[in-house]
Order: sequence, then structure tokens, then C-alpha cells
Amino acid sequence: MELTGAEIFVECLKEEGVDTIFGYPGGAVLFLYDELYKQHDKINHILVRHEQGAVHAAEGYAKATNRPGVALVTSGPGATNAVTGIADAYMDSVPMVVFTGQVPRHLIGNDAFQEVDIVGITRPCVKHNFLVTDVKELATTIKKAFYIASTGRPGPVLVDIPKDITTARCEFHYPKEITMRSYNPTVKGNKRQVRRAIDLMLEAKKPVLYTGGGVVLSGAAHQLTELTRELGFPITNTLMGLGGFPSMDKQFIGMLGMHGTYEANNTMHHADLVIAIGARFDDRVTGNIEKFCPYAKIIHVDIDPASISKNVKVDVPIVGDVKSVIIDMLEEYRSRAERPDAAALADWWKQIAEWRGADCLKYNQDMNAAIKAQFVVQKFWEATNGDAYVCSDVGQHQMWAAQYYRFSQPNRWINSGGLGTMGFGLPAAMGVQMAFPEETVGCITGDGSIQMCIQELATCLQYHLPIKIISLNNGYLGMVRQWQEFFYQKRYAMSYMEALPDFVKLAEAYGHVGMRIEQASDVEGALKEALAMKDRLVFMDFITERENNVFPMVPAGAGQNEMILV
Amino acid sequence: MRHVISILMENEAGALSRVAGLFSARGYNIESLTVAPTDDATLSRLTVVTRGSEEIVEQIIKQLNKLIDVVKVMDLAQYAHIEREIMFVKVAVDKHVACEAVKRLSDIFRGNIIDVSEKTYTIELTGDRSKLDAFVNALKDYRIIEVVRSGGMGIARGEASLHV
Repeated sequence: MELTGAEIFVECLKEEGVDTIFGYPGGAVLFLYDELYKQHDKINHILVRHEQGAVHAAEGYAKATNRPGVALVTSGPGATNAVTGIADAYMDSVPMVVFTGQVPRHLIGNDAFQEVDIVGITRPCVKHNFLVTDVKELATTIKKAFYIASTGRPGPVLVDIPKDITTARCEFHYPKEITMRSYNPTVKGNKRQVRRAIDLMLEAKKPVLYTGGGVVLSGAAHQLTELTRELGFPITNTLMGLGGFPSMDKQFIGMLGMHGTYEANNTMHHADLVIAIGARFDDRVTGNIEKFCPYAKIIHVDIDPASISKNVKVDVPIVGDVKSVIIDMLEEYRSRAERPDAAALADWWKQIAEWRGADCLKYNQDMNAAIKAQFVVQKFWEATNGDAYVCSDVGQHQMWAAQYYRFSQPNRWINSGGLGTMGFGLPAAMGVQMAFPEETVGCITGDGSIQMCIQELATCLQYHLPIKIISLNNGYLGMVRQWQEFFYQKRYAMSYMEALPDFVKLAEAYGHVGMRIEQASDVEGALKEALAMKDRLVFMDFITERENNVFPMVPAGAGQNEMILV
Repeated sequence: MRHVISILMENEAGALSRVAGLFSARGYNIESLTVAPTDDATLSRLTVVTRGSEEIVEQIIKQLNKLIDVVKVMDLAQYAHIEREIMFVKVAVDKHVACEAVKRLSDIFRGNIIDVSEKTYTIELTGDRSKLDAFVNALKDYRIIEVVRSGGMGIARGEASLHV
């Protein structure tokens, strides 16, 4: 039987097991929406209030579930509004398929109403993209899109569908499998390199595991924990890798990098062996590359060959899926008679304990003084038993969330790492809450970030999403202000918001519960009260210390051992 | 160092711009770029001549391999290889002396005069880059009206080859 392009589109989503998509209708996608309307019992479409929100929501869904997120937007402005989210997903390797409507084929290139070359615009920030030019190719293209998005190093794939394709008809056949001669990601790591890696691990006196988002993406947290425990080495996570190893474990030395712990950064700096797994030596981690890990041999496991030796020359490159490689490492390690040098490791841990002694994340909450952001995050962690899904926006609050919410499981920390997108938090939280309606989903945000996608409060109302918004409101673009304090002689150019809305009234205007918390002694109570409201969104506006800074800090351009502690 | 990178990729719309875009987005240099379908119509072969340190060229090749349309990449600098470029030069020859001299120079460089008018000779020349440069240089006493160069292309000598 012949189906229309719109019917084929929905059939393909069903074949891919897609249950939820995020989007916003418009002229070019009306036939697709009409079909979604007819089949709304099969696929749940979430109407956002801005296309950027749709893509971030799809990202949140993907980051929490490790399944591809799906977004559907219209042509022209709908498509361009989605670009920020697509770039965000690209930087953080989020598996995602974004469908954009396109003007009918005969109008392409004519500057038609709501026409934009979205394939051209997004080319540098997608893993791949397609313009469908024949309805007969629609199903195969969608199959390819999901395959490319979710295999190898995951990433966003865009499929641009002209309006007339959605009404054209052809026989529907969904390919069971796809083979592409030009795309065959390496999954299995090279055996010889794995053996070399284990040799180095057995010789090392001062080893450290440096692990990133790849661990979470490949679902390797359990295997990583096993390997780390058997080796007895210290382990640090990147911002993206948090939760890849239980952070309350004694072998965990905290996050590393610009706002990492003193012990993590010093351990990296003095290490003689760095075992980098699913991490890509981002500049926010390495600081000054010239001064990075001067004494260490480096093992690097990554599914993306281009990430290896891109920023830092490595000694043992292993291209492969992190989970598969760790399993091979465990097997190789267990087959050996030797074990790591216990005496050297004991000395190493002694040294690390000294650095830990600096207690670099300590802060003092005077109950009569202004609320510290750190205190709010810590209390949220305690109130949720460390078990919530925590989304964050971008800025100081993001770093405090990373530092003070101690993640014990992967896929619970949902944030915009690579692109650093303000406005990510709330829509991402929607995506997570859609995936896990029964779980606690927090959105730690700031007064600046939340305003970038605040219209999504309407979406939250429409779909009864009981997100807990924790606004750390200091009246500033806090991280900008911090840099201006440090590096621009306190010239606070445009970092001061001056005309903040009343967030409590705003939340109420959108039909939610708003709370303003101004006393440190009220923090715990407010959080508990909000968490108890299982059926509603609560916007907690914590009025926090205005000029609080994120410490420790490696200033841009400095070495990892050159930290500002307070 | 100068590298000649050969790329086999799917002969699809937008594929060339993915390669060109990769170079511009990552700040790599393109000295020349030639592209055409191969004997297999589903495949295009691109030759990019670029310059960079070993690290940069390694990164270029890895990034090229990441493009979904790219089937295979070969750095010809790793192999004994042959490089050629084709050039057309249109030279003003309004005097009889010039005709003779240009004809002689063209012969020396094993060029072919492929078009003649009252006032111009158009010469076709094939060779590596330095030969073409030398020819342009040798014509400096004459008025060059137009130069068209194809950009380099290359192929490995002997058994080494780039194919699916």
C-alpha cells in the first residue's frame, strides 16, 4: 500500500521505537502534524514554546535515557531557532534526530516564504544532515539518521523534509538494517594497545584515571567502577563525566579542570600516568596545554579517532567504544599475575590526602548572613539523597551544582558542557521529566540563564511537569561578574541585570508555585516543601549572596597546579 | 610541509562543501582543490593540496575520515607518488618575434598551443606545480592575459592505490 510522506514519517518513528518528540508546528510541517494528530496515541508530541526549547528537551531526554532525542520544527525561523540546540548536542555528542520542514521542492532556492538553507547552516554543527529530495528515499534517510545519530560518537543528525514530500506517496518499506560503505565506527579497541595500556598501569607509580562524558554515553559506568576499584587508582571526572563513578567513593578525587578540586588538578599535574577514558582534553580541563601533565605518559580511550592527539599527544591511543575497551582492559588485567606497585600507590594516596587536606570546597554558611549558593546545592543533594536528575543552566550555579551535588549514578547530571548554552536547563529538565515522570527532576539555574528559555514554563504547565527549579539568584550574570572582578578590575559591564522580574509572581502567572527564600535558615524547609509537592512545578527563587565566587579556579592560561583556592 | 591528500567520497550533493567547510571551520589551509567523479559514478575523487605540521595533517585526515560521506582518505606524502596540474596560459603575441619565442618556450616546456588568434596564443601545459611556475616565470617578458590552473592532483606509484 502506498503511504504519504507524512504517514511514512510517523511509521519510521514508530519503527525506531520513538515514543516522545518535542516540537513546534508551522506551515511546512502541517501535514506531518496532521498525521501526528491522527496517531497521537502512538507518539507523544510535546509542544514547546520556542524551537530552542524543543531541541534542548530532546537533549535532556537523550542524556537521561541514552536513547536518541527527537525534535520536529518547521522551515525558516523554526529551523534557525533550533540551531543553538543542535550545536549544543554536537558539542556534547548527544544522540539526536532533528526534523525540519522545508518549502516545497519547486520553491527551494527561490527565497520563498520561510525558506532557509538549513542543511547549509547546520553543516558545521551536525554529525550529518540530509535534504530529502524524493519520497522514495524518506524511510531510508530516516533509518540512516537514527543509525548515524546513535552509533560511534553520537551526535545530532538533521533531516530536512520539503513540504511536497510529505504529501507525495510511495510504497513504505523500512529497512531492517543499514550498511554504509563510508561509515563504520570502530567499536573494538586494538588488543595490542590494550596490552600496552595494562603494562603502563602496572608500571605506574602515580597513576590517575581521567574520565569524561564518553563513559556515560557508552553506558560504561559500572565497568569503569569495577576497573577503578581493582586498580586502586585515584579517579577524577570531567564536568560531563560526573556520575560515571560514584562521587562519594574514597577513590574519587573530585572533578578536575578550571573549577575542579585542588586534589584532582594536582593529582593530574604530578601524575606519571594519565588514563583518559571518554574525555577529550577540553581547554576547560587542561588549562595551559604547555603545562599540562608534564610528567605523565598518557593512555587515551575514545570512540572518535579525531579526538585522539587533537590537543595532547598521547602514548597509547585506543580507538573504540569505552565500554568495550574497559571490558577488554579488565580481562587483560585479570589475566596478569602482576598487580600495581602497592608501596608506590600508598605513597601516592598519602600525597593526595595532603592535597585533600586543603578542603578546597569548604565554605561557611553563617545562618544570619546571605544564603550561599553552595549551601543551597548541598541541601538539595541531602534532601534528594543524591538521587535526583539534576539539570543545570550555564554559569556559576552550574559549577556549584557540579561541585556540591554528589552524583552517584550516571545519566543523572544533565548539563550543557561543550557549548555552554544559557537557557539549556529548563527545557532539558522537561525532556528528562518526560522520560521519567515519577522521578525528581531539579533544574539548578541562575537569574540570567533561566530568562533565556523561561517561556517553557508554559510547556511545563501544559504537560504537568513537576520540575523543581532552584534559582540561585544573585542579581548578576555571576560567572561574567566573577571574571570581570578577576580580570577586568571590577568593571561590571552589563553583568548586572538591574531589572529582574519577580520570579515568584512570574511562576504563579504561568500557573505554578513560586517561593522566594531569603534566609539561610529557610533553605532546607523550602526544599523539603517543594519536593513534597509531587504534582507541581515549584520555582524556588533563592536570593543568594551577591558577589560570591566559584572556587577553586584555574585562571585561563594557567597550569593545572596554579589554582586560586579562595 | 606540503601534503597532497586524496579523498574518495560519495558523489552526493553537498559533499564538496562538507570538505571545504571542514577546512575553513577548523582553520586549515587549502592550497588547491580538484574534484570530479571517478569511473564509479557514485564516487567522487577530491585532491586537496594543503600545508601544515605533521600534527595538523594528521588531524585533517582524521577529521576528513569523520565526515559521513568520506569513504577513504590517503595522504600521498606517505607514498612515492606522481603529481600533475594542468594550466592554460593566454599570452599576447602581437609581434612576429613574440610568436616565435613563445612557440619555442612552449616546446621547451612540452606545452601545446591549443588556440591561436591574431594577437594571442593559448598554451596548455601539464606538469607539477614547480614546472608550471617556471613556465609562467619564463613568460615574464611577454604580456600574460590569463592563467587558469586546475590545482594539483596526484596518484601513488606502483601497487599503492586508493579505491573502495
